[in-house]
Amino acid sequence: MNVKEIIAKRVAKELKDGDVVNLGIGLPTMVANYIPEGMDVTFQSENGFVGLGQAPEEGQEDKDLVNAGGQPVTVVPGAAFFDSSVSFGIIRGGHVDATVLGALQVDEKGNLANWMVPGKMVPGMGGAMDLVVGAKKVIISMTHTQKGKPKILKVCNLPLTAAGQVNMIITEMGVMQVTDKGIVLTELNPEYTVEDVKNATEAVFVVAEDLKEMEI
Amino acid sequence: MRNKVVTIEEAMHHIKDGMTIMIGGFMAAGTPEKFMDALVKKGVKDLTIIGNDGGWPNKGIGKLVCNKQVKKLIASHVGLNPEVGSQMNSGELETELVPQGTLAERIRAGGNGLGGILTPTGVGTIVEEGKEKITVDGKVYILEKPLKADIALVGASIGDKKGNLYYNKATKNFNPLMATAAELVIAGAEKIVEVGEIDSNDVMTPGLFVDYIVEV
Repeated sequence: MNVKEIIAKRVAKELKDGDVVNLGIGLPTMVANYIPEGMDVTFQSENGFVGLGQAPEEGQEDKDLVNAGGQPVTVVPGAAFFDSSVSFGIIRGGHVDATVLGALQVDEKGNLANWMVPGKMVPGMGGAMDLVVGAKKVIISMTHTQKGKPKILKVCNLPLTAAGQVNMIITEMGVMQVTDKGIVLTELNPEYTVEDVKNATEAVFVVAEDLKEMEI
Repeated sequence: MRNKVVTIEEAMHHIKDGMTIMIGGFMAAGTPEKFMDALVKKGVKDLTIIGNDGGWPNKGIGKLVCNKQVKKLIASHVGLNPEVGSQMNSGELETELVPQGTLAERIRAGGNGLGGILTPTGVGTIVEEGKEKITVDGKVYILEKPLKADIALVGASIGDKKGNLYYNKATKNFNPLMATAAELVIAGAEKIVEVGEIDSNDVMTPGLFVDYIVEV
């Protein structure tokens, strides 16, 4: 398993039967591949439907059915379409159980920066700001560092996507919970030591008394 | 019955330099693409465009940006059209980036006679800068003002001669919202049918919102 597969597989274990989930573009999209058979998880696509399915087979694309990245997708039986107001009513109104997103930076207070790098990359926030504010649980799934540079910081210095909304950070090194008292390392990938995680993290974190082996 | 069915040339006749135009669709799904081509051909300029995104370089709103007809773009995501970023950097294009759910609700407010909406999205981020914040029952919200336009260009799958519209699958997105929020609403329908052929239960935009309809 490569790093992204490890992360996606661990994120999938956070989802429960009956959950409505919105997955961000990129690594988070891979989470759908690891939902156990028989478990009913409904994926929302913020451009206007629930019941997002797999990518279509080549030649089976439908121009009227794309995901939030504009890529052709399919829907599962029981899917429902709606307009953007209803779509974000679902998101902001607390009807999404979990959202899984990538990050440029996360900090000790659960602040998230994932939408712009001033002067370099200004793609716009799309639906990310609404998702992070509205979803019941915000899971950040990302590689622990950016080529060795920590992304889990004391304080984010890039423009925020939302303040204090992140609940959980899942990386190839382990699992962290963001609590009122700061970040707690709750699971560790046995390939790494706590010292390795400390070296790759700028934020101060507490190691849980019952630190577990990362479930992969 | 007033005849709403017009040719694309007749419809585009209403669009003038400097106008504010809402364009439906999401990464070009649900965007009336032939209207984009007609606007490029017509060469109207200094437009303020309100839409979900900056499209692709050769598709959707992107065509107007690449042809330098847009003075200001109000959108949630522009990252998939590099031309938007380069015109932003060179100062040719002004952009207002709006969280996607906020964009939907501002348009809905514009079309529904509301003075704005209160949203938690963007609190604690640069989105709140310069905006009034209102606390309701202890929770902080940003007052986001309504958006209206001179023209809305919406893309429908089926329209009838009264202007009743049906949108297939994920093409609904911003279209039904925009159809309520402009002085003049022009629908591009893939198919125009006789009145009564769209079951009244399936009408997603009642014809009263639509001024002209073009088969595209």
